[in-house]
Amino acid sequence: MNEVTKMKEISIEELKEKAIQLRKTALTMIYGAQSGHPGGSLSAADIMAALYFKEMNVDPHNPNWEDRDRFVLSKGHVCPIQYSALALRGFVPYETIYTLREYGSPFQGHPDMKKCKGIDISTGSLGQGLSCGVGMAIAGKRDFKDYRVFALVGDGECQEGQIWEAAQTAVKYQLDNLVVFVDNNRLQIDGFCDEIMPLQDLEKKFDAFGFETKRINGHSMEEIVETLDEVKVAKNGRPKCIICDTVKGKGVSFMEDVADWHGVAPNEEQYHQAMEEVAGGLR
Amino acid sequence: MSILEKDLTVKKATREAFGDEIVKLGKENKNIYVIDVDIAKSCKTVNFIKQLPDQHINVGIAEQNAAGLAAGLATTGKIPFVSTYAVFGSLRMLEQIRQEVCYPNLNVKIACSHGGLTPANDGGSHQAIEDMGVLRSVPNMTVIMGADYYSTRKLVEQAAKVYGPVYLRFTRDTVPIIYDENEEFTIGKAKKIKDGSDIAIIANGDTVRLALEATKELEKQGISVKLLDMHTIKPLDREAVVDCLNIGKIITVEDHNILNGLGSAVCEVVAEEGKGTVRRIGVQDQFGQSAPYEKLLELNGITTENIIKTAKELI
Repeated sequence: MNEVTKMKEISIEELKEKAIQLRKTALTMIYGAQSGHPGGSLSAADIMAALYFKEMNVDPHNPNWEDRDRFVLSKGHVCPIQYSALALRGFVPYETIYTLREYGSPFQGHPDMKKCKGIDISTGSLGQGLSCGVGMAIAGKRDFKDYRVFALVGDGECQEGQIWEAAQTAVKYQLDNLVVFVDNNRLQIDGFCDEIMPLQDLEKKFDAFGFETKRINGHSMEEIVETLDEVKVAKNGRPKCIICDTVKGKGVSFMEDVADWHGVAPNEEQYHQAMEEVAGGLR
Repeated sequence: MSILEKDLTVKKATREAFGDEIVKLGKENKNIYVIDVDIAKSCKTVNFIKQLPDQHINVGIAEQNAAGLAAGLATTGKIPFVSTYAVFGSLRMLEQIRQEVCYPNLNVKIACSHGGLTPANDGGSHQAIEDMGVLRSVPNMTVIMGADYYSTRKLVEQAAKVYGPVYLRFTRDTVPIIYDENEEFTIGKAKKIKDGSDIAIIANGDTVRLALEATKELEKQGISVKLLDMHTIKPLDREAVVDCLNIGKIITVEDHNILNGLGSAVCEVVAEEGKGTVRRIGVQDQFGQSAPYEKLLELNGITTENIIKTAKELI
């Protein structure tokens, strides 16, 4: 339990350092596997650092602790960034990161709760994870537990209708223990969301559904932490949605805002350049 | 009293069995939850809602969400029963069941009324003729249909007690009560209604009643029938099928497409064993239409007369 409390005392600067480590680890995993999803992993890195190293009550030595906060990676393809957090947080041995996407690895191509400690639900098919988070949050309410459920969804993923089925349920059951992050990086596999299928104003959409909605810079650790502090005290019966404006491939110059880096691994030269760039922190 | 001598005029739909049993189970175990999708009345969960509102969730007309939500509940130790119609429970929710329930092997039950051709006058869109087959091909899933009220109650009770995903299919229409209240049923173990030596009939769900009538008639005509109620088509009771191979002539009867349901499951075993002949009676790979249930059964040859005729041809 000491580790649980210790993490809460972390400073913004230390969190930024954690985000750098997460980016480096995820890039290393994907480079090693020569397969995986760097773009969305990098856009979500700062949110993941804040969650895993400050916000969430989790215990690496007791991953199934029943009072833990839950995390749902609805955009399951960016699991390298979650695996990095789990490895750096001590859920799984760090040296195993090189097994990403290998036979028998805890680090399956998409999160598998039966194989990797710290994964609360298997995901990978877009649009489905938020419903699972809603189920967990309802159970928390009905059982009078204090745990919270954090879900990370992609903006492109919000094109799936089930996201809105889950959203309306979260509001109906007054799940103020549910926090939805939208990794709003504006890109999907085929190009810009605005061209493939415009999402309009996601902030207004979640707001119209009844969420307490905030919009922040998803790469500003200060804003992320501040917003998490704000939503923590708001036990007002409303689920929370934090629209995080992010950049796909954030931190690596040649990956930023390039749809083609959705699901492609860097070659050796690109990897070294990427590692150098992310080591310098965010511009 | 033998089932063959039983008065078959007392009837009850097996969805009633689910509705009654789930209330009992919910009272015994606070972890039992029911998730409804706006059709609680026809799925018979209304008493559950009245008596156990804290264990009930209604997500409205949003089946895909219901399946994922059930998975989330299951990760916290709940035993959710998603209650809907068989077409939606097997097809609308299929990918969600595959990804979020079966892939992580979570303890979620999909409890479906209106199985097979029973939503007769609603037409082809509402008739579930491929549900059991579709779910049979998803790893970790158990697939069950009880033949009457009492067997269904026992099977629902067992489904709640075994860990893992289970698909349960019920009838909309009433079916004769053929078993005694205290009869025991085990998931994955066929119920041998009668032993015989000339032909084996393997049926499930509400077609067991047809097989029963056919058996009575065949026996009258001096043909010895072995009759099995194969309530669980996955895991299939392989041993029970192999046991029929001494006779070597098998008829399967089901209110389901002859493809991928009970008939196919039995054929797989028979083919693997390399001996025996099977005739499948069921939906002839065609969609239904609005018509009385009995008419739809007739159009597909799912009748006592056809079972008798097929048996005689096979012997």
